[in-house]
Formats: sequence, structure tokens, C-alpha cells
Amino acid sequence: MTRGLLIRRRISNVLMLSLTGVCTALVLGVLFFILGYITYHGISALDWDFFTQLPKPVGESGGGMANAIVGTVKLLALASLIGVPIGFLGGVYLSEYGRKTTAGFLIRYAADILNGIPSIVMGIFAYTIVVLPMGHFSTVAGGVALGIMMIPIAVRSTEEFLKLVPDSIREAALALGLTEWKVVSFVVIPTAFRGIVTGIMLDLARVSGETAPLLFTAFSNRFWSRGWLEPTASLPVMIYTYAVAPYDDWHRQAWAAGMVLLLLVLGANLLSRLILRRQLKG
Amino acid sequence: MTKPVYVIEKLNAWFGERHVLKDITLTIVLQQVTALIGPSGCGKSTFIRCLNRLHEVVPGAKVTGTILLDGEDIYGPTVDPVVIRRRVGMVFQKPNPFPTMSVYDNVAAGLRLNGVRRRAILDERVERALKQAALWDEVKDVLNKSGSSLSGGQQQRLCIARAIAIEPEVLLLDEPCSALDPIATARIEELLLELKKSYTILIVTHNMQQAARVSDVTGFFLLGELIEFNETRQIFTNPKDRRTEDYITGRFG
Repeated sequence: MTRGLLIRRRISNVLMLSLTGVCTALVLGVLFFILGYITYHGISALDWDFFTQLPKPVGESGGGMANAIVGTVKLLALASLIGVPIGFLGGVYLSEYGRKTTAGFLIRYAADILNGIPSIVMGIFAYTIVVLPMGHFSTVAGGVALGIMMIPIAVRSTEEFLKLVPDSIREAALALGLTEWKVVSFVVIPTAFRGIVTGIMLDLARVSGETAPLLFTAFSNRFWSRGWLEPTASLPVMIYTYAVAPYDDWHRQAWAAGMVLLLLVLGANLLSRLILRRQLKG
Repeated sequence: MTKPVYVIEKLNAWFGERHVLKDITLTIVLQQVTALIGPSGCGKSTFIRCLNRLHEVVPGAKVTGTILLDGEDIYGPTVDPVVIRRRVGMVFQKPNPFPTMSVYDNVAAGLRLNGVRRRAILDERVERALKQAALWDEVKDVLNKSGSSLSGGQQQRLCIARAIAIEPEVLLLDEPCSALDPIATARIEELLLELKKSYTILIVTHNMQQAARVSDVTGFFLLGELIEFNETRQIFTNPKDRRTEDYITGRFG
């Protein structure tokens, strides 16, 4: 090898390596900057009252967002109840039965288009099919809007993770004389399970911050929302309302709400990981 | 000792338009080791995948002709391939233990998922299968560890144990040693000679010494045709067909 070539390779090596390093630092930097910024502004308003009290009337300081926290948890639970089963089973169908079929192609195509629909349009849709017939805003309507939004990502991520399971594993199971559904449910899905759960957690994280579809489905509520049929407060809508209001106290609470929303998503993520790990050990 | 297990007549197989097996006719005899040799792409693997109806899993695959297993046509219109596969064990080219399962669960998988629930029965069958696969001594203390944590040779013996745990009548091995080192290969070959006492074995191999060492009869495949099928000693010392001779002496392939 000539000296010139050697030097050229060294230079390009150093160059590309530092480029990837800079990009990594940039990504992490932005992430930690946002996290730090939210914490810095939110921590001062984050006290026990924030988690236990209802919002105070305009003009009074203090109070909390207990109703919005519960509201968000309820909305996400309902959304998961709708989005996860449909998305998961759809993904299983696509990967295990619909690889090269017309039905598979159509479902995949529909999921991709559904994924591209702006969230506010999804809100209008839920408004039309749930809010209008019922005559009022409700937790159910918000849950439906978020649930439909979860479907496309749940479908496609489940499909992709199942496709990563090598065919040799499927064949080994078939060769043991297992029926197709047993191969899929006891061998293929467990093999891809971690990935599938990760995909669904990302999906949940994505819809947890959606505000637009909630504005005219779950609406908002300054009090507790009983059951599933009343309008409910939620963290994203509270953040929106409080952030545009002209009171400093409300701004601080909006930051705190952002922080709680982040912690909520983080908590759900950690919990699912913990459960997964325990399951694998036992 | 010449009871036929498989009687195969005019077997043809396709992948889409590609005709990969042409008019294969042969008989496989109880408790013998049958080796199938031939260059890559000659149809050996497709052939044994027809024997447990795994060929048809690939989209576009097609089979004609008859295969009798103990007198029953396994391609008969009322035959469930799942039932056939329970009677025929298979070991693949690359070790493929189920990655989420422990050593124990891998061996127990076939039994459990076919409805065996009693822990005592499972324990006994798992131990017996692992002993038959000559793996018991190495794994008896790590039965709860993941099957993927074993070495390549151990993984392949685990796959053999998994296949024989359901007590099949026939064991199909598709180049079981091609991903293994010579020591692991020797262990598997010893194992085959041991297993031959209880099972009818078909082994596809690229390694001619291996065929000569472990098998009683050998079939030579070339371009989808069965060129010669005879006692192993005959094939290797006195082949009838010119092409067989060329192949085993290394003149092509």
C-alpha cells in the first residue's frame, strides 16, 4: 500500500468518526436540553398539591392538576384498549398470513395512509362519530380518537418485529408437528415479544402528547370527570390552556404538567420493561 | 431388517416454474441410515423436506407423485400435514433452538405444545431425549439457561434432542454438521450410529467421508435426479454410474 493511500484512509476515517460523534452529541444534547429546560421550569410548581388538588379558579394561586393526570391516564388506557389489540392482531396477520397477498397489501397501505392523517382530522372524525351522536364531549370520545391514532403504528411495528423472527425458527416449530396457530402464538410471538412491546410503548408515548384531537372530543374540565361519559381534563390540553394564559403561576404549572406527562410515559416504559424482564426469568 | 418405512414413487417437486426434483423413486428401510449426497442445488434438501411435508410451506412450492409412510400416502387428500410432521423429526442445517426458551423448554416444546402437561412425564422424556442426544451431562446443571447460550455443537445436539423428544418414527437431518467444527461433527456422527438403533435416519450431507462413515445406503442426486441409490459400500467402491464416480472422486461438484 502506498503512503498516500494510507494517509487518505486515515484522514477519512478520522473525519467520518468525528462526524458521527458530533451527530450523537447533537442528538443527546437536544434531548437533555429539553429535559433540563422542562425540569428547570416545572420543578418549582411541582408539589404535593399539584398531584392532589383541582385547578384553582382564575386569580387564585396554587391548586393542582389531579383531574388532568387521572384524565390522561384514563384516556391512554382507553386508547390502548382500542389501539393495541387491533394493531397487534393486524400486525400478526400481516406478518404471518398476509405477506404477499392482496389483502395484506391493502391493509399495509391503509395503515400507512392512516398514519399520515393529521391528528386534528382524527379529532374531527371522532367528533363526528362519537361526540355528535352522544350530544356532548366525553372521555370515551377522546379515547376513541387516540385509539384510532395508535392503530397504524402498532400494526406496522408489530409486523416488522415479527418479520425479524427467522423462518428457520418457524420451520423448526412446524417440523415438531405443531399447528400453525401454535407456532405463531407460542414460538414466533414470544421470540419477537420484546420488540413488539417496545413498539407499542413508543406508540403510546406518541399519542400521549396529542392535544389537537382532544380539544373537541374529551374537551376539558376544571373538575373531576366521573365515569367515562363526561368531558375530562388532560395534561396536553391543560398545558395548551395554561401556556397561552396571561398568568405567571399558570405558566409554571404548564411546565410542571409537561414534566408529569414525560414522567408518566417514562414510568409506563420502565414498568413494561420490568414486567418483561421478570417474565423472562421465571 | 428390511421393512420399508418410506416408499417413494415418481416424486416431482417445483418451486414456482423451477422443476427441482424429477421422478424420484426409492425405498427407505427401517433402522438404517440413508445418506443423500450431491452438489449444492441438486434437490437433496427439497427431497427430505417433501418427506415431512415442509416443502409446501414455501410459497409457490408444488409436489406430485406418492410418498407412502408405513403404507399411508402422506399426500393423500385427507391427510393433515401436522400429523405427519409429528411422526417425522427434523434437524436443520443451522442450529435453530427457540431463542426465548430454556434448554429444558426447548426439548419439552414439542411435547408440551402437543398437549403433554404432567411435569413428571415431561421431566422423564426431556432427560431421556437429552441423554439420547448425548447432551445430558453437559447441560443437566443449566437446564434453565437459554438454549441460545450453548455452543454451536451443543445447540445442534439440543435440536436433535428436541426432535427426538416427541419420539418420531423417522429422523431427517439436513446437513446437520455443516455449521460445526470437526470435533462437534464427530460427536454428532457417533450419536447417529447410536440413534440408528431406535430410529430410521435420513441425512443430507456435503461431506462424502461423513456419508461413508455413518450410512448404510447412499443416494446420489444430480440436477434434481436420483442418479444412483445403493449400499454405501457399493457407491463408494464400485459406483455403477459414471457421474457418481466423477462426483465421489472429486472430479466435479
